[in-house]
Amino acid sequence: MDVSRESEATPTKNRTGVERKSERELVVTRTVNAPARLVFEAWTKAELFRRWWVPKSYGLTLLSCEMDVRVGGQYRLVFRHEDSTMEFFGTYLEVTPHSRLVWTNEEGDNGKTVTTVTFDENAGKTLLVVHDRYPSKEALDSGSTGAMPEALDQLDELLASLGSSTETK
Amino acid sequence: MAQYSQTHFDASFGALSDATRRGVLEQLGRADASITALAERFHMTLTGMKKHVGVLEQAGLVSTEKVGRVRTCKLGLRGLEEEAAWIERYRQLWAARFDELDIVVEELKRKEKANGRK
Repeated sequence: MDVSRESEATPTKNRTGVERKSERELVVTRTVNAPARLVFEAWTKAELFRRWWVPKSYGLTLLSCEMDVRVGGQYRLVFRHEDSTMEFFGTYLEVTPHSRLVWTNEEGDNGKTVTTVTFDENAGKTLLVVHDRYPSKEALDSGSTGAMPEALDQLDELLASLGSSTETK
Repeated sequence: MAQYSQTHFDASFGALSDATRRGVLEQLGRADASITALAERFHMTLTGMKKHVGVLEQAGLVSTEKVGRVRTCKLGLRGLEEEAAWIERYRQLWAARFDELDIVVEELKRKEKANGRK
């Protein structure tokens, strides 16, 4: 389906764009007001990364965050949400300082999602492009990798409402 | 409840599991079309296309209306709204993340300045 949209954030804030490039790909863009060197640092040092990756409003506690940022190195994030814990883990495939990071998400049941982040500096600002390639359309739709519990809860609601129309026959 | 959701999960993905049906949705995303036109477009019999449209209709992804002898198909509101809502949720997650990233990066900038680097 050709449903893609750009964000319409308020002009004072930096704009976050999301586009569904294909049934298996999602692309997120954002410009950060800092040189790529610093933005890259915030993505590759665990003590910095853990401060922003989980938005405070999401009610998740990051229990641990280990990142061995080099080709073949692993990362592992453990979250607690209410009574359950979740783990996200994978391997760095490419690490090019200040310009490109590629890693896999291996926690899903149905194959690996590959995330590519590019850092493109221009006039002291950095354009971030986060590209997720899911193993299948279903994996993307179900948010089986990288999704927050809220998204999953809402997916349940979505599916319940979808189902209700077919159930009443 | 989990079981219940799983059923719905299967139903909606079942509707989308077929390449022709995805093609039909894409086509209807551009313009409404009659079943006859869709059958021609996808090189199928009318009966075959009716079956596909029926599956999509049951999943709430397509709605049809018969005017005279022509049955016109259009995207079900449900499908579109939910896709858009999904994308919007994803965007909000990233926007929230990036807002916090901005804070971290601003701090790095200040530190660098304080350390005398430009």
